[in-house]
Amino acid sequence: MAKTIIKIDDLKREFRMGDEIVHALKGVSLDIYEGEFVTIMGSSGSGKSTMLNILGCLDSPTSGSYHIDGVSVDSLNRNELATIRNEKIGFIFQSYNLLPRTTAIENVELPLIYNNKISSEERHRRAVAALEMVGLGERLNHTPAQLSGGQQQRVAIARSLVNDPVIILADEATGNLDTRTSYEIMSLFQELNRKGKTIAFVTHEPDIAEFSGRTVILKDGHIIKDEINTDINDAARELAALPKEDHE
Amino acid sequence: MKTRILNLIKIALKAIVLNKMRTLLTMLGIIIGVASVIAMLAIGEGSKQSIRDEISSMGSNMINIRPGADMRGGVRMNPSEMQSLKLKDYEALKEEASLLAYVTPQVSGSGQSINGANNWPTSIYGVNPEYLDIKIWDLQDGSMFTNAEVRSAAKVAVIGQTVAENLFTNGEDPIGKMIRFNSIPFKIIGVLSEKGESNFGQDQDDVILAPYTTVQKRILAIDYIQTIVASAISEEDAQGAVDEISTILRKQHDISGNEDDDFNVFSMDELISTFSSTSEMLTVLLVAIASISLLIGGIGIMNIMYVSVKERTREIGLRMSVGAKGADILLQFLIEAILISVTGGLIGVILGFTATLFIKGVLGWPTIITSYSVIVSFLVCAVTGIFFGWYPARKASALDPITALRYE
Repeated sequence: MAKTIIKIDDLKREFRMGDEIVHALKGVSLDIYEGEFVTIMGSSGSGKSTMLNILGCLDSPTSGSYHIDGVSVDSLNRNELATIRNEKIGFIFQSYNLLPRTTAIENVELPLIYNNKISSEERHRRAVAALEMVGLGERLNHTPAQLSGGQQQRVAIARSLVNDPVIILADEATGNLDTRTSYEIMSLFQELNRKGKTIAFVTHEPDIAEFSGRTVILKDGHIIKDEINTDINDAARELAALPKEDHE
Repeated sequence: MKTRILNLIKIALKAIVLNKMRTLLTMLGIIIGVASVIAMLAIGEGSKQSIRDEISSMGSNMINIRPGADMRGGVRMNPSEMQSLKLKDYEALKEEASLLAYVTPQVSGSGQSINGANNWPTSIYGVNPEYLDIKIWDLQDGSMFTNAEVRSAAKVAVIGQTVAENLFTNGEDPIGKMIRFNSIPFKIIGVLSEKGESNFGQDQDDVILAPYTTVQKRILAIDYIQTIVASAISEEDAQGAVDEISTILRKQHDISGNEDDDFNVFSMDELISTFSSTSEMLTVLLVAIASISLLIGGIGIMNIMYVSVKERTREIGLRMSVGAKGADILLQFLIEAILISVTGGLIGVILGFTATLFIKGVLGWPTIITSYSVIVSFLVCAVTGIFFGWYPARKASALDPITALRYE
């Protein structure tokens, strides 16, 4: 039995909107095991973003319990949550969120700057390794403006890897990219997953979900479907099947 | 902790370098503020010191007592014609005043001094030997007359440099020579050292000093005295001495209760404070103006930090999502504000020094850069940075990471 990385139990999250109370999550339970590649799907308003925020320790649930890597985060304060984010979680955003006018290597080093246990030499070494892993070993000193969208997202992926997190949380990571680049990125995710990385990937595109080993579908704050995908699509093969473009 | 601060300083430095032009413009307020505070204080301090020096050179603890405010049948008298100061007043002061180091009566007259074919219009001051101690004056040559010569009303005199130059044109030694003042012969026994012009434009060397008894009897034919000149035992005691003199003279003159004095007592201290209060007021005014520009500089920093926080809300959200704590964000922006203000302060200090040197060199104004003006304006800068940087930084650190990340 693989190690449980994420364990949420009867998670509820309510927001107060004026006089009304919005129930974004109405009792969600979910376990994610080490080495899994899970896509979380659902239309907007289904609660998937709320769930991702809670999984990412950016938000706290109204009730229910949440353990990440065996640590209960329910009673942690702001600073302790920051430390969990820093050491156990890798974030990837739809809009990359790279620091402008800052080189790729500096962007990747960012999470480690907030970890005092890591020296600047170690930080540099790990950032270079992460960029090499995503295929940008040649572009360490490029700024985001000098990189394409796909390359920027690769920098963001390298940044999420650099602190060696227990889970990578991706929020619509291919949402801003064209099909070809999306498949390239998905192929990279699959490769990382094969190397043992645990990934939770939020998307609303069904074809993206086909690349993962498990799909969780949320609707109106409930999980309506949670199934193992036995027929995983290979992103590298899909990429090869795409009609050739005049590329760069 | 050390590496953490170091990392945050690096981040702040990077933000400053990335916005060079903006940072420079923000600093400009602080630079001008600090430079003008330093330069203004230097000018103020310089003029105050030069006034103080000039007045002190006249004898710093000197006190003058003159007759005054004497009403005779409703007619105000010219103080020099009043006869209310007597020799026994001087004797009483000499006996009773404990805060006075030296006292001398002073009577003066003007007239023509003659040595053979040379003549020169000048003033004669009748005093006692203590006069030189009060005026802090030395003899260049010869000696001062003695108290015995005062008692005997001897016809001896000590002459100033200007008188010596005009009466002894061919460079002969005046000591031992006889001159005439208003046809009274005096034997010269000493020559005073050069004192120069007073700051009221009077040539202090154009004078003959003689025993007051001689001047009273032979020249003026009076038995009262015009002025009493004294010096306090120290500068701190000057005010006490003034009060003491008033008390003694009121008793001498039988002035009781709330009747007005028939004399006036002036200390150099009052003169100094009158003059320096004018320049002090000017300094305060200048510094106030300079401080306002420093304050505006500070507000400029707050403004820019505010814009910076707003502009970088997403960056703040990102930093938080990868593990930055509120304190990290707070420190990052605070360090940025402090770096801007302290760098601006440093440049301002350099500019202030340059401006002061320029004022001294080109305009020739006396200037003194006091270390406190540098320290104070620099501290004000750092405090400005913290004070005006705090609020925006605090706001940044309190942001909710989710809202910050979604901020457009």
